Amino acid sequence: MSLEAKNIYFRYNKKQSWILENCTLSVEKGECLAVFAPSGYGKTTLAMLLSGYLKPVEGQILLENKPLPKKGVCPVQLICQHPEKAVNPRWRMKQVLEESGTLHKDVLGAFGIERAWLDRFPRELSGGELQRFCVARALMSGADYLICDEISTMLDVITQAQIWKVVLAEAAKRNMGIVAITHNKNLAQRIATRIIDLSHSV
Amino acid sequence: MEQKNGTLLEIHDLSVSFRMYDYDEFRHNDIRRRLKQTDLQVISDLHLIVNPGEIVAVAGSSGSGKSLLASAILGILPDNATVRGHLHYKGEEMTAARQRQLRGTEIALVPQSVAFLDPLMKVGAQVDGHRRPRQTERRKSLFQRFGLPDKTPQLYPFQLSGGMARRVLVSTALISEAQLIIADEPTPGMSLNQALEALRLFREMADEGKAVILITHDIDLAIEFADRVAVFYAGTTVETAFASDFKSGPDALRHPYSKALWNALPQNGFLPIEGFQPYAGNLPGGCLFAPRCPYKTPQCIAEIPPIREVRGGEVRCQHEMNF
Repeated sequence: MSLEAKNIYFRYNKKQSWILENCTLSVEKGECLAVFAPSGYGKTTLAMLLSGYLKPVEGQILLENKPLPKKGVCPVQLICQHPEKAVNPRWRMKQVLEESGTLHKDVLGAFGIERAWLDRFPRELSGGELQRFCVARALMSGADYLICDEISTMLDVITQAQIWKVVLAEAAKRNMGIVAITHNKNLAQRIATRIIDLSHSV
Repeated sequence: MEQKNGTLLEIHDLSVSFRMYDYDEFRHNDIRRRLKQTDLQVISDLHLIVNPGEIVAVAGSSGSGKSLLASAILGILPDNATVRGHLHYKGEEMTAARQRQLRGTEIALVPQSVAFLDPLMKVGAQVDGHRRPRQTERRKSLFQRFGLPDKTPQLYPFQLSGGMARRVLVSTALISEAQLIIADEPTPGMSLNQALEALRLFREMADEGKAVILITHDIDLAIEFADRVAVFYAGTTVETAFASDFKSGPDALRHPYSKALWNALPQNGFLPIEGFQPYAGNLPGGCLFAPRCPYKTPQCIAEIPPIREVRGGEVRCQHEMNF
């Protein structure tokens, strides 16, 4: 039971050199894997590949030894680095949340989402407030794996600790696998069960 | 308002509110529900002083009005915002005309979102700006210090990674001749070394007699370079401390919220306190932190505590801090 990247190669067009070259990584269910790599290495590209937003040029992304499903809600959900770019600017927040299923009251409570925010547009919320919606949206979809691409860098440390507590508790309850991309070594040591540094493996 | 000599920027009793339209609460389920005009106060009674040669870090809760403060100083808030209070730059009152004249020349901003880069303009030209003569040499040396690849100036913003875009944004401010840089979360997405380099560049600027307001969540990095730390909560300053106070731990800090921030750092326990920052439209009377405060007393709920000086710093809490 795992999500695997097997020898993947990726570039956006043929004139470019490889962004990811022969990259291999796997995460088991119930595991939290922290990924380190220098800026510009291709961490976000890797996150998009793992969650099926991009297709590798060579190599495979395997979920339980099968390719990612093409239909329905993807069991691998991505939470992006920039929440302001991950929500539809013309939707009210309620619509953004309901994209991944019916709204439960307890979700709002767990993430500290105020009822009044639901009627607002994304530009009327701060980055940290928006990110809570993005995390809630990903968890509500019933995903088996979460790819967290620097999800807490724009949050204050108290909110960061709160959000990770909810994510980790939910992950433990549902036995989810997590890939956490981060620059913060201290944070990685707190949350991860395993840490890999991609800059050394190439 | 009395002016201290030689300060670069002084902010007293600053309030920012937004006019907005909300459903009348009591009529919410009423068939005749209607929109009501309300003023939502998001910053209240804020104080901040910046001296030349100083880096002032602004830390605090997300949504506490840190970025709005930056916009208020520059005068780039949207039309439905009302600003009250006193803003003085180099001893002179900031008027809308003065703000227009100062921003971009004397005061530079590092915006929070990488979406502030012009998507249709190559990075190099964007960082050079409209100045004549173009400061291409300075840009080259900045890019080199940041470790940006040689081809970066020819790229468009969408071709940059998150960390690269941040470094480009910081360069746009550093290349200017600004006396005051307001850096709104300049480091997320950067690796540790790059973040340190960015902060080192800010420190060099400050040592030349300029000043930096560093809005950040990376408290552990900021205190290595900053002189003072202003802690924001729910739209106001709850404490102004020396950076060294944050280094020596929670006992040196003056406000319970600052202590909670320290305890929530991943290296110091990763312990979140319960509850959330109150919504601006629904603020408690009395101390804004009281609902989450472990030391609250009936007096805290009754009245807003005034700012007091404690051990050289300022704190908005009525308790003697020796918990």
